[in-house]
Amino acid sequence: MVDKVRTTDRVTGERIAKYLSEGKRFDGRGPLDFRKIIVEKGISKKAEGSVRVKLGETEVIVGVKLGIGEPYPDSPNKGNFMVTAELLPLSSPRFENGPPKFEAIELGRVVDRGLRESGFIDFEKLCIKEGEKVWTVFVDVYSINDGGNLMDAAALGAIIALKIAKLPKYDEEQNKIVFELTNKPIPITDIIPIPVSVHKVGDAFLVDPTREEEDLSKTRVTIGISNGIISSVQKSNSESLSIDEMKKVFEIANEVSKKTLKELQKYF
Amino acid sequence: MTAKFTRPDGRGLKELRSTEAKVGIIPNADGSAMFRSGDTIAYAAVYGPKKMHPQHQQDPATGQIRCTYNMNSFSVSDRIKPGINRRSMEISEITKWALEPVLMLEKFPNQVVDVFINIIQADAGTRCAGINAAALALAHAGIPMKDMVSSISIGKLDKTLVVDLTKEEEDYHEGEGPTDIPISMTSSGKITHFQLDGKIGVEQIKEAIDMAKEACQKIYEIQKKALKESIKEE
Repeated sequence: MVDKVRTTDRVTGERIAKYLSEGKRFDGRGPLDFRKIIVEKGISKKAEGSVRVKLGETEVIVGVKLGIGEPYPDSPNKGNFMVTAELLPLSSPRFENGPPKFEAIELGRVVDRGLRESGFIDFEKLCIKEGEKVWTVFVDVYSINDGGNLMDAAALGAIIALKIAKLPKYDEEQNKIVFELTNKPIPITDIIPIPVSVHKVGDAFLVDPTREEEDLSKTRVTIGISNGIISSVQKSNSESLSIDEMKKVFEIANEVSKKTLKELQKYF
Repeated sequence: MTAKFTRPDGRGLKELRSTEAKVGIIPNADGSAMFRSGDTIAYAAVYGPKKMHPQHQQDPATGQIRCTYNMNSFSVSDRIKPGINRRSMEISEITKWALEPVLMLEKFPNQVVDVFINIIQADAGTRCAGINAAALALAHAGIPMKDMVSSISIGKLDKTLVVDLTKEEEDYHEGEGPTDIPISMTSSGKITHFQLDGKIGVEQIKEAIDMAKEACQKIYEIQKKALKESIKEE
């Protein structure tokens, strides 16, 4: 694909692969270690909820906005939910202006599925009038610096942003939102769908790749997992995995998710 | 596992829907196929290898594959707007990833193989039917392949794993609800595509993978038969 510009030169790539084959990484982490997760809350006053997430050099900002909409015919008593991502040209030479390319579309959709399917949001509580009026929750992700693993950074940011977001005031008579935040949070549960993207580089599996490591990744499996229950999976890129490797990927995700949850909980 | 779970259409847990494959349905194409799974029908056509346009996308090191997944507006009960959307873009890419590992595209530098998939009628499992049809069409077009690719959706309805979900089953809302796990594999058991929506434990997902392997073997036999029949006719 032409829209995937690689920024890592060959020599660096070979060295990274050699290190990984010995279980080592440039930054001293083990293959299944995440970088430190740093979250800053409330970075944009006009959003109902917003955060900045940093994973090493990677930085994304995530904002939550609410709207009033009509429910879908197949879920008349449930609120709507939508995640979109913009991979900004300001965040990397890999990204360009123009309509969203596949990478951004996939990122939005995979983050969306992880949150939607897990039961993290109680959609029925977002219903205002069955079949007519429901809250629509928009989660928008912007990349600020692409240092690898935008996928997990975005999903982690979405979790915290939704957790801290407050509903705006809704004027029922005029049927519009008055932008004045209430004390009411978005109805979320304690099921936290932790994102874990497992990458295969050479024969090694690793998580939370730097940009250089991600450039070498042949396959990525992104998993949303909460307490051993998997709610979403997306295998990306054209390299096959054996059945045993795939099973191992799920075990890795399960292990890593426990540590990530602990780190993330510091910001709850 | 629950003692007794009956599927809406009375199928066994590991039973595929009535499945049909036919190769060579579109005379203009270099390769083509139809794959039907119950009420889901996919057509696929392959054009190429041919020179890659736009020229700047040519790769002198290898040939490339481009996939386009498209649903006909009338293929579902509520008409969908014709044309591409975020879902179809994702499925197109997923289809490419599912097929690319078996293709020997290095034989076609600067060239491209175009795969077009159209869903004529949809009753769940359209991406799987599309991949099955596309793999057949690629073989029919004579693109060198290391292996075949077969695709199936494994479902978890409440707590029970079943093979080849229908739309009615996808909308199952009792107990733990539905989980949909579309998986594609080569005949030698390499996983080239894996997605999941729903809720499932780590141990049960392993079981689902083994079920997919068995089901993909059955699909593979159907694909093989369709390819052999196409030669007989010619």
